[in-house]
Amino acid sequence: MSVLSASTIQEIQKIKTRYPEGRHKSALLPALHLAQAECGWLPVETMNQVADVLDLQPIEVYEVATFYTMFHVKPVGKYVLEVCRTGPCCNIGAEELIQYIEEKLGIQVGQTTEDKLFTLKTVECLASCGSGPVLQIGPEYIYHENLTKESIDFLIAELKTKA
Amino acid sequence: MSKKILLEHINVSGINTLEVFVQHGGYQSVKKALSMSTDEVLEEVKKSGLRGRGGAGFPTGMKWSFLDKKSDKPRYLVCNADESEPGTFKDRFLMEKIPHALIEGMITSSYTLGANTSYIYVRGEMMHAIRILEQAIQEAYKAGYLGKNILGSNYSLDLYVHPGGGAYICGEETALLESLEGKRGNPRNKPPFPAVWGLYGCPTVVNNVETIADIPWIVNHGGDAYAAIGIGKSTGTKLISACGNINKPGVYEIELGITVEDFIYSDQYCGGIPNGKKLKAVVAGGSSVPILPSELILKTATGEPRLMTYESLGDGGFVSGTMLGSGGFIVYDEDQCIVRNLWNFTRFYHHESCGQCSPCREGTGWMEKVLHRIENGHGKMSDIDLLVDIAKKIEGKTICPLGEAAAWPVASAIRHFRAEFEEHVINPESCCKKHLHGQLEHAH
Ligand SMILES: Cc1cc2nc3c(=O)[nH]c(=O)nc-3n(C[C@H](O)[C@H](O)[C@H](O)COP(=O)(O)O)c2cc1C
Ligand code: SF4
Ligand code: FES
Repeated sequence: MSVLSASTIQEIQKIKTRYPEGRHKSALLPALHLAQAECGWLPVETMNQVADVLDLQPIEVYEVATFYTMFHVKPVGKYVLEVCRTGPCCNIGAEELIQYIEEKLGIQVGQTTEDKLFTLKTVECLASCGSGPVLQIGPEYIYHENLTKESIDFLIAELKTKA
Repeated sequence: MSKKILLEHINVSGINTLEVFVQHGGYQSVKKALSMSTDEVLEEVKKSGLRGRGGAGFPTGMKWSFLDKKSDKPRYLVCNADESEPGTFKDRFLMEKIPHALIEGMITSSYTLGANTSYIYVRGEMMHAIRILEQAIQEAYKAGYLGKNILGSNYSLDLYVHPGGGAYICGEETALLESLEGKRGNPRNKPPFPAVWGLYGCPTVVNNVETIADIPWIVNHGGDAYAAIGIGKSTGTKLISACGNINKPGVYEIELGITVEDFIYSDQYCGGIPNGKKLKAVVAGGSSVPILPSELILKTATGEPRLMTYESLGDGGFVSGTMLGSGGFIVYDEDQCIVRNLWNFTRFYHHESCGQCSPCREGTGWMEKVLHRIENGHGKMSDIDLLVDIAKKIEGKTICPLGEAAAWPVASAIRHFRAEFEEHVINPESCCKKHLHGQLEHAH
């Protein structure tokens, strides 16, 4: 059974051509990004199909998916809010904002809201330290910079109406 | 006004498009390089004195000349756009604002190195930059700067963007190559160096975004003109990303050789410390370099004004100096807690250790634990020397420099701020009260 759409598979096949003959394993990270964008996270069936499309052993996909922090190998909400928790952002209030989001959504870092709309995570320095605190939202990975409680309220309300 | 090489046209509207970029002199270096022999271009890069802008400061011309020319395998140029060193945000800025500056540099550099396929490995989280680069690359193909027989020459080049997956360690060049091959980002033992055994076992050069973006100016104006900018062996300009307790955080292009004092206090750059606070410390080159207290960052131990150069920042070695590193300049005012900041960075390195070497995998974890207990008021006096001891046992005993990157900040913070660590042990209530009472414990 196919979990990936024909267009995603086609896209992965196209990406394979960026790499030399016999080096199609290089397409694995871009392929996992596409698969995750389509499925929201990476269930085993999805990873198995990526392995199939790229002619790899499933284990080659699992070991890579679990190494990189961007890949969700457990279910996540529709919107994954990832707030930077590294030094420079903490010095300008990131920890207080993480706490604020926890209270607002009624979840802790690492958890998903009951309506499956939001997952809250922390990430390391997003190369945005001059305009922190900052969070990113997948699957487009849009950065929201210079965060305040007000801008978080606005953002969450907006995502709720969009959903 | 100080010399601008990379950001001269940063405020021109539409500079992200090929059309406007070309109107402002963009892509001239491709034409010029193609009319020269590859050895001639390499000679200009050597003469320029350009040093790698990714952190280590290795001379670029020398690195390029190590590329194995005898091998009959294909050669690769891989751009390191993984930028994840805390405090560093110059490469993302450059790629998002002037993507063609990097693409032009990739073409000119790839030609010089004899590479016909090149990759830009961009940190996965920077999807916005990836989308911008991909669009710019399409424009460059259409305009004939990429693809077969570039501008009617015999030279052909394909250029691709490759997204990472979220892992600081993939900024280390051999981990980056593993990752680009579709594997976990575990650094390789060196030697062999990438110049001999790089991507797919082929001769490869890995360079930082800024390093590559500097090449067009060098080709257009000559290596001597570049070397005339800056001081001594610190030639040219450098992008510095400044953050922390300053009035104007942001990315600045400085001529190497301005004073640190000027950089922090002048309105042209950081604009001083807000709210009339005093400067306490600076981490001058990304989280991995030694922290220096205000008196040692503004002046060297011998009383010379400290300059923004590789040599001056390094003056005093690790006893009283630091490094220019990646150009991630983090400023701390008198209210900042050194112990808490060090704990945060150490947590970062523990989280990002790939786990291959036990001194790094275990040592970063132990340091994190010990720092956490000191920060939370449960530390012992002996913990301070324990930290120094663990840091020493990591240094020099690992496959890649992440071990040192984790150890140096610990060693330097204790060297320069020992009294503050002792104060945390003796009188935990004196600092970080809200952390002590567990209000922010969750973020640990
Ligand atoms: C843990 C670690 C992380 C690194 N991260 C980066 C990075 O994000 N970007 C970068 O250009 N270099 C990074 N480097 C340095 C690279 O290994 C390499 O020296 C550099 O890309 C070479 O390019 P350059 O000579 O142009 O500076 C890192 C090194 C280490 C040990
Ligand atoms: S030093 Fe750390 S990050 Fe580097 S290879 Fe060893 S375990 Fe991995
Ligand atoms: S510390 Fe948060 S973006 Fe750098």
